[in-house]
Amino acid sequence: MGNSSPARLFFALVAGGFFGAGLFISGMTDTAKVQGWLDVFGAWDPTLAFVMGGAMIPMALAWLFARGRTRAALGTPLPPQPGTQIDRKLVIGSVLFGIGWGLAGLCPGPSIASLSYGGTGLYVFVAAMLTGMVVAPALRRRLDKPVAAE
Amino acid sequence: MPIDWIWGLIGGLLIGTGGAVYLLINGRIMGASGIIGALVDGSAGDSKWERLSFLAGVILLPILLLPLYGGAVDTHITDNIPVLVAAGLLVGLGTRLANGCTSGHGVCGMSRLSLRGFVATCCYILAGGVGVVIFRHLLGVI
Repeated sequence: MGNSSPARLFFALVAGGFFGAGLFISGMTDTAKVQGWLDVFGAWDPTLAFVMGGAMIPMALAWLFARGRTRAALGTPLPPQPGTQIDRKLVIGSVLFGIGWGLAGLCPGPSIASLSYGGTGLYVFVAAMLTGMVVAPALRRRLDKPVAAE
Repeated sequence: MPIDWIWGLIGGLLIGTGGAVYLLINGRIMGASGIIGALVDGSAGDSKWERLSFLAGVILLPILLLPLYGGAVDTHITDNIPVLVAAGLLVGLGTRLANGCTSGHGVCGMSRLSLRGFVATCCYILAGGVGVVIFRHLLGVI
């Protein structure tokens, strides 16, 4: 059982349901709204800031609740303190991600949430995204090497 | 439009609630790129079904809500295939290099005041903004 107990699968489905419903209702699966938020020189659309701000309220409360506890309700150890290392992988990866995000107006969550109605173009995006995720570990290992060794 | 902002806020609260459930009950950080990525690069191990359940919920709820929106939502996705391929590759590669995306580094990271979350979010928002300026206003490809 372990990581596949019925309770784990059920609450993963519930969490995913909230996430999917939130992405749908907030309009974040609309690529025009995302690009509109990034486009400060065009018709700027502030919606994404409300989504991000709204999402951080329950999440911040959850982190406060988790403080001082060691295990989640189903017994899994809670995640450790976040790392503080700002390395090349974090910066280069985030910049690459941002360029792709701006190009298509899609990030991983909304691309999955809109699978049922995003059309053929979305399948192309998701197939390319999965490909990028498959090749990422090889590049990650390269970037892990010390700079001096290159 | 202000009504869009209100729906944005409501949707955001739902997204954060999903993250809170995933953290406090399952003990996991709700990061979309990590949940998906580990399934395709083979690092998911025995958490595979938990990840798939999560993604099933992400796909299912919009299907259930769609009838309330007249059965169709225009996502305004581009039909430019090279742009979609390039964007998908960059998003997949970038999020897995950085170990997080808008949900993991943005929502979950910044809400616990994670330095990496703030740095990642600044990088992808700046890159996205510059990208839109270049690709839309200078090159006109999107």
